[in-house]
Amino acid sequence: MMRLSRSALIGLAVLIALPFLIRFFFAGSERYYLHLLIQIFIWAFIYTGWSIMGRFGLTSLGHGAFTGIGAYGCVLLWNYVGLTPWFGIPIAIVAAVLVALLVGYPCFHLRITGHYFALLTLALTEFVRLCIVGLRDYTGGSLGTQPKRYGDGFSLYALQFETDRVISFYIALALWLAGLVVWMWVDRSMDRYALEAASQDEEAAASVGIDVTREKLKVTAISAAMCALGGAVYGQYQMYIGPDTIAGLGVSLNIVFAVIAGGLWVMLGPTVGAVFTQVLSEVLRVTIQSTAGLQSAFGSSVLALDTLIYGLLLVLFIIYMPKGILGTILERREKKSASARAAPANAV
Amino acid sequence: MPLLDVQGLSKRFGALKAVNDVSFTVEQGEILGLIGPNGSGKSTTFNCIAGLYTPSAGSIVFEGNEIAGLTANRVCHRGVGRTFQIPRPFRNLTLLENVALSAFFGQDRIATRQQCWALAEEALALVGLPTDTHTTLDGLGAAALKKLELARALATQPRLLLADESLNGLDHREMEQAADMLGRIRREKGITIVWVEHIMGVLMRVVDRVVVLDHGEVIFSGAPKAAQDNARVVEVYLGTEIDA
Repeated sequence: MMRLSRSALIGLAVLIALPFLIRFFFAGSERYYLHLLIQIFIWAFIYTGWSIMGRFGLTSLGHGAFTGIGAYGCVLLWNYVGLTPWFGIPIAIVAAVLVALLVGYPCFHLRITGHYFALLTLALTEFVRLCIVGLRDYTGGSLGTQPKRYGDGFSLYALQFETDRVISFYIALALWLAGLVVWMWVDRSMDRYALEAASQDEEAAASVGIDVTREKLKVTAISAAMCALGGAVYGQYQMYIGPDTIAGLGVSLNIVFAVIAGGLWVMLGPTVGAVFTQVLSEVLRVTIQSTAGLQSAFGSSVLALDTLIYGLLLVLFIIYMPKGILGTILERREKKSASARAAPANAV
Repeated sequence: MPLLDVQGLSKRFGALKAVNDVSFTVEQGEILGLIGPNGSGKSTTFNCIAGLYTPSAGSIVFEGNEIAGLTANRVCHRGVGRTFQIPRPFRNLTLLENVALSAFFGQDRIATRQQCWALAEEALALVGLPTDTHTTLDGLGAAALKKLELARALATQPRLLLADESLNGLDHREMEQAADMLGRIRREKGITIVWVEHIMGVLMRVVDRVVVLDHGEVIFSGAPKAAQDNARVVEVYLGTEIDA
């Protein structure tokens, strides 16, 4: 049975109360701040899903494919079959898991690892993106598509809550918490040890009885399912999906960059990555696009300036903070407490 | 019926015949020395039995069942444990985790976690390594890493242990201790052992029989004393006294 610490309980209470605090303190900008938080939670869930396999050396650049399958699967089933997302989302998740297993099995069986694995998964992302663009009659091609609005845009049946962001906030919060629970569940299982061992030496791991292929497939399926679910929820919330916003290579790379920036090996690292990347891109966007001097100097190119600076900062972070923000903070704290423990011992 | 029956085993790597028509048996409860100079095919034979290589020809029957061509994890589940010539510990895990992992995954039946930790502690104690939960692999010497290899293999609860050059990299005292340990494992656990080695002096004291390989072929099979007196065996060991 999982027990929460006092600080975790306080944090959870604050998060639950957050929409009301925002309504109280920022009444005029309530929708904007809620939107930012919802984005953070959904992406934090997707990043956590990626890190569940990424932390074991399975560096996939293909998770944009899974978010895409989740989002498009759910929306297309709703738009063309009339299937409620309550069924559409599980079907999309199953489809994503099947694709993950289909690609994963030969990779893991033939021991394709490292750069080759990353390249292969990158090809998967591009394949899914090309399918989306190619099937433009259904998917809207590169322009994207929207789930058909049901009634006034507020429906439990259609999982559409356009008019009330507070409900979307709680859905996103629950999703994020579920992601953390899955992360902890994997972390505390014996499979984690098996994957740690396999990430270091596959032959030695197999020699002590570990079915390396099966272990990798298990964690890949969990990771793909989480990303597909995240993609589907993102589509339902945004009421718009496009190959570049939820399915493309850019999405795959954003996932990897954000997790590395936040911290790959700690549970809340992907969440910190989501906060960092979402807030950074939002601050840069608002600051740059509202600065008249920059607009007159760069003209319409100013629209790309925030993305450029965002990319540059991420590169610097990855170079100088390879353990990520949270990883580095925890490491420094660990060193500090270790030296504090050593000091009295030396004094004796 | 022998515990392990290797018949006509061959393994080619392209044009290279690493092992050619090797046959030998291992009886229940014995320690068999598989010896030969470098490049004689010991490790290839060993890796075929352990499931790391698929044999080009021949059969490997363990407890009456064919295991040739099975993957390494399946061979382990059938009851064959192995150590590596150069220790291959999982450095990102603690000493106890390294061994508990083997106890959990090394058996075909699902053991409980508590059983696995208990088995790991028992295996570590048997080889003389610390059993606490915190000891990491940092700073462990060659002898300790060899012991860890052994503990990891023992935790899978094998009925046949394949020990690959367990003396390599050890000083004379450590070699004597390692040889005694293998003898003790056989006595206390009833585990049959195939011991691959190229250092013959210490090995000869412990093993019941030896199979000598040269250029991928069996050149001698019999008692250790008879091997020491065999002209061909002496010749492949550079024509020198083999207990040097």
